[in-house]
Amino acid sequence: MRKAFSGIEGLDEITNGGLPYARPTLICGGPGCGKSTLAMEFLIKGAKEIGEPGVLFSFEESEDDIIKDFLSLHPDLPGLIEKGLIYIEYVDMRLEGHTQVGPFTLDALFLRIDSALNAVKGRRIVFDTIEALLWSFPDKAFLRNEIQRLFTRLKEREVTTIITGEAGEHALTRWGIEEYVTDCVISIDHRIVEQASTRRLRIVKYRGSAHGTNEYPFLISEKGVSVIPITSSGLDYSISSDRVSSGLPDLDTMLKGKSGYYKGSSVLISGMAGCGKSSVAAAFATSVCASGDHCLYFSFEESPSQIIRNMGSIGIDLQHWVDRDLLTIKAERPTMNGLEHKLFMMISMVDEIRPSAVVIDPITNLINIGSGLEVKSMLTRFIDILKTRHITILMTHLNGGSEDLMETQVGISSIMDTWIALFKSRTVVAHTRLIEIIKARGMNHCEETRRFVLTDRGIFIDEIEDAAHE
Amino acid sequence: MSSSTGGAYDTSEAPEIFLTLYVMGSTPNSRKAVENTKKICEKISGCELEVVDLLEYPKRAKEDQIIAIPTLVKRLPEPQMRILGAMSDRGKVQNALGLGVEDG
Repeated sequence: MRKAFSGIEGLDEITNGGLPYARPTLICGGPGCGKSTLAMEFLIKGAKEIGEPGVLFSFEESEDDIIKDFLSLHPDLPGLIEKGLIYIEYVDMRLEGHTQVGPFTLDALFLRIDSALNAVKGRRIVFDTIEALLWSFPDKAFLRNEIQRLFTRLKEREVTTIITGEAGEHALTRWGIEEYVTDCVISIDHRIVEQASTRRLRIVKYRGSAHGTNEYPFLISEKGVSVIPITSSGLDYSISSDRVSSGLPDLDTMLKGKSGYYKGSSVLISGMAGCGKSSVAAAFATSVCASGDHCLYFSFEESPSQIIRNMGSIGIDLQHWVDRDLLTIKAERPTMNGLEHKLFMMISMVDEIRPSAVVIDPITNLINIGSGLEVKSMLTRFIDILKTRHITILMTHLNGGSEDLMETQVGISSIMDTWIALFKSRTVVAHTRLIEIIKARGMNHCEETRRFVLTDRGIFIDEIEDAAHE
Repeated sequence: MSSSTGGAYDTSEAPEIFLTLYVMGSTPNSRKAVENTKKICEKISGCELEVVDLLEYPKRAKEDQIIAIPTLVKRLPEPQMRILGAMSDRGKVQNALGLGVEDG
């Protein structure tokens, strides 16, 4: 079936290409969940990205109020209206429907819709919310007939339509508008989960098309609306056999082939405090930069200057790459905004900087803002998004003192391609750091535990037998 | 009664009672509404009726916030009110408008 590009980031992916072309789609949800914002995004993206003019019929707010409401999210809205790419018309229903004497039709409304579509050569239209008609005209049979007549006209004009509806207590919508829309129904909601505000979107039905059935997080930010579509299944990404050095020649040797991690793969470095996780992460970052690529380093624990200083003490010069604009260190404390927002901001940064590698140090700090399951789900999606873009990701994981070394707190290890554990020996008098490759998908790797030595000239790994001879 | 068509009404010569009837073309509903409303207006002194055919003046639909056809708007005396339909029951229309009817 033919589909209309929605322009809403992520929605086109979960709907396999967009909304049903020349058909109505219902978006329903409770007050303040973002129905109008999503519908407006559909018009604006259509206008800006594929040059399809759009029309908004608002039954609730005047043209001026709508422009005012959307100005922060879409500062170019007045410009688009001026250029004839967006047209907004307010339908004031306050005076309608009190007295009815004899038969009538909604032809005057249809005439207004036709005039509006003609004025801008509209290809898409939004009715927000058409339910206002249901309050005014309680005769359901009449209304069903009129709405069907409207949809038939829009179909003939090949105009793709979104209508919005208020969520009901016992039904999808309060006024049963879903009865009138058979093609595509999208439900969104807004809830507070563990103090974090989260919006979710679900495709309730989509006649004649495959679609994702999960609830997808959906975000409204200064960069627009975006649905974060991806779960680990059902994603195609090509796998690279190219390698990128870990930045530690000795570790590259352990990852057979002497050349490091696979490009575009995911790497987990786990260990207790003080084992040297950040140094493995920093060595990797410098290796990426040394080959002329960009690395984006998310630090959830330390400020950029702290990381740079600490790494300098073991011979890793991060400042050099920051100065050359190849390394971006983004230090952030996980905060109030919630995981979904964090994920969105991280993806936005990736889109902006277009790095070839991303480091998250450590992922464990995200647990402060979400449950283990939520963090895992977020990281899974983040990894998938990076993989589709062939970006290598390295994450560190801080193991608590009492924890089993082989299990990570967020249960993330199963989805990682390479997992390297760092730990300290408890049998040797002096503290000895150790390193072991627990898994490395698609490569023959060293199975031994080796000694991991941090010096002011760099990091060395040697075999334990050798160490014993010293 | 007097009857006008089209352009917006001018308040400088405001009649006591001013009604605007919005119709579209000559559909049965529109024709009946014009017929019925004219008869009602004829029986009320000082009643002026404006008939707007939206096919001729489509902009009036947006300007006057009309969605249903036929719509009768009582502009004067205030407060404004609206009646939808073919105005088939004249008694009911008069009651709704709150306007007395002279003998006849």
